[in-house]
Amino acid sequence: MSTTFWVIIAAAVATYLTRVGGHLVISRFERVHPRVEAGLNAVPAAVLTTLVAPAVLSAGPAEWAALIVAGAVSLRGGLLSMFLAGAAVLILARQFIA
Amino acid sequence: MSSEAIAERSRASEFWDGARLSTPVVVASAPFALLFGALAVDNGFSVFEATLMSAAVYGGASQMVGIELFGQHVAPWLIVLSIFAVNFRHVLYSAGIGRRFAQWPVLQQMLGYFILTDPQYAISERRAENGQPVSFIWYLGLGLPVYVFWVVETALGAYFGKLISNTHSLGIDFLLPIYFFGLVMGFRKRPLWLPVVAVSAIASIIAYKTVGSPWHVSIGAVAGVLLAVILPPHHSGFGARPGAEAEERP
Repeated sequence: MSTTFWVIIAAAVATYLTRVGGHLVISRFERVHPRVEAGLNAVPAAVLTTLVAPAVLSAGPAEWAALIVAGAVSLRGGLLSMFLAGAAVLILARQFIA
Repeated sequence: MSSEAIAERSRASEFWDGARLSTPVVVASAPFALLFGALAVDNGFSVFEATLMSAAVYGGASQMVGIELFGQHVAPWLIVLSIFAVNFRHVLYSAGIGRRFAQWPVLQQMLGYFILTDPQYAISERRAENGQPVSFIWYLGLGLPVYVFWVVETALGAYFGKLISNTHSLGIDFLLPIYFFGLVMGFRKRPLWLPVVAVSAIASIIAYKTVGSPWHVSIGAVAGVLLAVILPPHHSGFGARPGAEAEERP
């Protein structure tokens, strides 16, 4: 088997460890402290924000317009309508702002 | 109708309940699967290797980083380490979602962790927060379509090479941030949402400018989580309020 094959397998094992590891560590404790629970509750917003913030900073008017519209739609609509609205604004705006 | 048939039907409807929620994820990830396949071949992968990576690693951003480094002929151990770093955020998901899996048999839990992606985690947490059960069959309904499309589209992208010619005008590069932003907005009713988002945003931007990608993800996330840990737990709705008897355990 090629080096590429083994790199892929090693990467897959490393990735699986990240997906199961947090649970294996947390499950060692019988009782979860309120502070830990508060921290876990903050995880989704905290992680997902880091996938957005740097991209927003290095973006331009077309991307910002898309996010503003998507954000407004998300206050009322579901995830799909918000995503489609944002994508539509982005594609449209990019035709004009090249 | 026998009770078995009824149970069978409710399981099927739970599966489709999850599958319905997977549609935006399938739509949003399709361009990336195609793009990943095309770029992987461009960077020296075979069609089989590209498809294998999508099937075995199953983590879009980390796969992109992996083939980018592969194309630059970076040492194999460094490629694996980089993929590990990009995926490190899953440790937090894993710690958070374990309480939702607690009732499943071990094999189902192992499979559940294998398909634990950003949207899989976010949508499951939202369901649990709404007081609905996160059953294995629902979770599979949510995750399986995403996985199958991801792998098949990777193969298609790899096979047809540069299928997507003008990625910029189609907005391909910014679809994921829009999608993730929608997930962030979905959690806005949680206690401390705004302070956590603000701290994570600032920390990840600073880390991005100084330490560099992909570490900004873990650093930004840890900063937001630490804020929630450091503030008195009653801000997050856990434990007793100070003054109402300083007993932390219920």
